[in-house]
Amino acid sequence: MQITVKLFATFRNDRFKVALQEHSAGTDCRAIVLDLGLTEEEIGVLLVNGRHATLGHVLHDGDTLSIFPLVGGG
Amino acid sequence: MDKILRVNMTDLSTKIETVPAAWAGLGGRGLTSTIVAAEVPPTCHALGASNKLVFAPGLLTGTAAANSGRLSAGAKSPLTGTIKESNAGGTAAQMLARLGIKALIIEGIPTEDKWYSLHVNKDGVSVQEETELIGQKNFAVIEALEARLGKKTGILTIGPVGELKMTAANISVKDPDSKIRSHGRGGLGAVMGSKKIKFISIDDQGAPGVKIADPEKFKVAARTFAKALLDHPVSGEGLPTYGTNVLVNILNEAGGLPTQNFKVGQFAGADKISGETMNETITARGGKVRHGCHAGCIIQCSQVYNDKDGKYVTSGFEYETIWGLGADCCIDNLDDIALADSIMDDIGIDSIETAVMFGVAMEAGILNWGDSKEMLRILSEEIGKGTPLGRIMGGGAGSLGKAYGVTRVPVVKNQGIPAYDPRSVKGIGITYATSTMGADHTAGYTIATNILNVGGYVDPLKKEGQVELSRNLQIATAAVDSTGMCIFVAFPALDIPECLPALIDMLNARFGINLNGDDVVNLGKHILKVEHQFNIDAGFSNIHDRLPEFFSTETVAPHDAIWDFSGAEIDEFWNF
Repeated sequence: MQITVKLFATFRNDRFKVALQEHSAGTDCRAIVLDLGLTEEEIGVLLVNGRHATLGHVLHDGDTLSIFPLVGGG
Repeated sequence: MDKILRVNMTDLSTKIETVPAAWAGLGGRGLTSTIVAAEVPPTCHALGASNKLVFAPGLLTGTAAANSGRLSAGAKSPLTGTIKESNAGGTAAQMLARLGIKALIIEGIPTEDKWYSLHVNKDGVSVQEETELIGQKNFAVIEALEARLGKKTGILTIGPVGELKMTAANISVKDPDSKIRSHGRGGLGAVMGSKKIKFISIDDQGAPGVKIADPEKFKVAARTFAKALLDHPVSGEGLPTYGTNVLVNILNEAGGLPTQNFKVGQFAGADKISGETMNETITARGGKVRHGCHAGCIIQCSQVYNDKDGKYVTSGFEYETIWGLGADCCIDNLDDIALADSIMDDIGIDSIETAVMFGVAMEAGILNWGDSKEMLRILSEEIGKGTPLGRIMGGGAGSLGKAYGVTRVPVVKNQGIPAYDPRSVKGIGITYATSTMGADHTAGYTIATNILNVGGYVDPLKKEGQVELSRNLQIATAAVDSTGMCIFVAFPALDIPECLPALIDMLNARFGINLNGDDVVNLGKHILKVEHQFNIDAGFSNIHDRLPEFFSTETVAPHDAIWDFSGAEIDEFWNF
């Protein structure tokens, strides 16, 4: 299945902004995070199709996964 | 000995008063709101002789506590008709605190058609007639005053927008680099203009400084507090690197970035105006990614943004400004937004109110969506010069919307709704609706928990838990706003257990008192209730704690979210 992965803030360093990735069915957010060389502790926010998700959330073909470190402002 | 300075602009007299016992434990917002509630008739005209303009540094301002250099300004707001507190960085707060000045109260209106300035020093405050700088913009005022009074002079000033009493006028505060920080919201610059005060200069030579009751205890607590600020990913890394503008991308991804005057929740040009792009641009042009708005700031969320030739354009370039002139006006040119930011500082107008107003102006057809060049012209040539159209626009989003018959006007209590769509981030909608200040994201920043996973998580798209979240944050914020602390200390305070106790320990060590967490919560509740009562006495009721109708009748993409709180559900907010 195809997943659009978007990275933000420091996660872009030495990686990418956006990539279309091929993953096997049943892949969860955690697998993609670890595949990127990120640790679970580094993750601030995961959004799947614009909605908050957990590391264990199982993805579906065509999903967009946006990955952020902990950020804030206001 | 701490003191209150009082200036009567009607007879041009000044007084030094002792601090009443009831005010001794108050600072910042707690003190400005208490004084306004005690001394300003709630039904008065905000630009008339009965209103008072009050400045107060926070309880910890002037100490070595990190991020404690904020100044509160308060009055009845000419924009909202409610009580108002707006706080800013810059150098003035710490100078006033070191001079032992708990508050500066300005009352009355001059009988003659003349302009004045105030000068504050160790001997008190004096009133002088001012002729030279009337009509001048803020950067020119600061330059002239540094030449006249010395480089170290603290300065509070209004630009032409404040002189003309437009209700979106701000009060500018000189920062450590002789640039500008702003008491932005609520039109306090118009109140200063109504009192015919062009600027307030501050000389802290010979200041007694701030006495700490228990210096050893203070030092330990201050160290723990600073460590928490540096350890938290938001205050220690995200904000210093990307500024507040790091929020463009995450709000855009979450569908909460109001675009085209709150028509949709995502902007096609978001990446071009994002914090990540801004960071790259600043770095490539030799600007500064990190920059503090006051001495002792260790978060350093500000920056120095240069143009393509490496020449200074602006600093304190905030997410709300960039969102408003960017996504909400469909402008994806960050350089033009930076120029607009600089012009708004110079003419002295709130960049949030003005950005929201431009979204409404584009909806009205006064200029086209995305037309940044016309926006820049309007800022300089219409608003900055006070043409009839400029004055309507300088009255803010509500003023412009009314003049042009626009029905989609994002305001609460006539104050423009900032950078987070209340339909897709519902907690902040409760804050907009219920804040004593009119629509104000800083009053109870639920974005932390709705979007950023700070202080836990409450689903932004559901109604459950939002009223309680907003209430808890508004109570905490009212207390924090009284300490002189930057509100961004809330990020570590929500997540790191040592942070808030260290802040309370600093208060205890500073004053030799023994507050606990409950006392601080009770202080926050008390401040909110004092402000709420002022608003009720000014003619506001629960019916004014509502969002504009279109949020309940139009869904917002991509989540097709709608504002679906009943009035009774919103009113639960005040049940404490």
